Amino acid sequence: MKLQLRYFALLRDQRGLGAEEIETGAATPAELFSELSGRHGFTLELDQLKVAVNEQFVDWSHSLKSGDTVVFVPPVAGG
Amino acid sequence: MFSISPGPIDGSALGKAMQDHAAGAFVLFEGRVRNENEGQVVTSLEYEAYEEMCHRQGQSILDAAKERFGVIAVTCVHRSGHLALGDVAVWLGVLGSHRGEAFAACRWIIDEIKVVLPIWKKEHYASGDSGWVRCEACAAGHDHHHSVTQDQASE
Repeated sequence: MKLQLRYFALLRDQRGLGAEEIETGAATPAELFSELSGRHGFTLELDQLKVAVNEQFVDWSHSLKSGDTVVFVPPVAGG
Repeated sequence: MFSISPGPIDGSALGKAMQDHAAGAFVLFEGRVRNENEGQVVTSLEYEAYEEMCHRQGQSILDAAKERFGVIAVTCVHRSGHLALGDVAVWLGVLGSHRGEAFAACRWIIDEIKVVLPIWKKEHYASGDSGWVRCEACAAGHDHHHSVTQDQASE
């Protein structure tokens, strides 16, 4: 399925861009992160991240749908 | 209302707009850029925000605060971009009938903002280094768990 990805902060630095559209067979954010991390060599682990789909935080086992916007969220530091 | 501002926040204008004759209390919190963090001298910083999600989650936090504390109005603006020492990073104003709920709502909102909002901070240090805050161990890929209660314990 096609997904929209956004990258921020350390992940944006490591991916080298802020947004991309990808085609993937991953069914969950956990599978997707594993695929992307393997391809791009991210140094962050799953337990250091949260994941948002369509601007809502979801579980790593959430079922992805075609057209979803997925963002892996490094440790936040607002406020 | 929650918003992200790419430029300096006009706190005076925001405060003047918060008027309601039912309000006996106005509580204001400003988060400002400090010159030290975890033993390092900070010279400036940058905030990066996932803006669409910040608007949604930020508004959700303000709505929850009104529901939970019964305050009259809440306005919050968070900066993005480059900030200098002393700059206002986040402006939060709460109007309440009485000071009890206004103080409580203000405290709760800023605590939630710090944990929930997809905003990241890159500090620049006097040493010439820079780094994403709370990501000291991320770049090295250490077995490091980010516990929100422990990390958010103090300003």
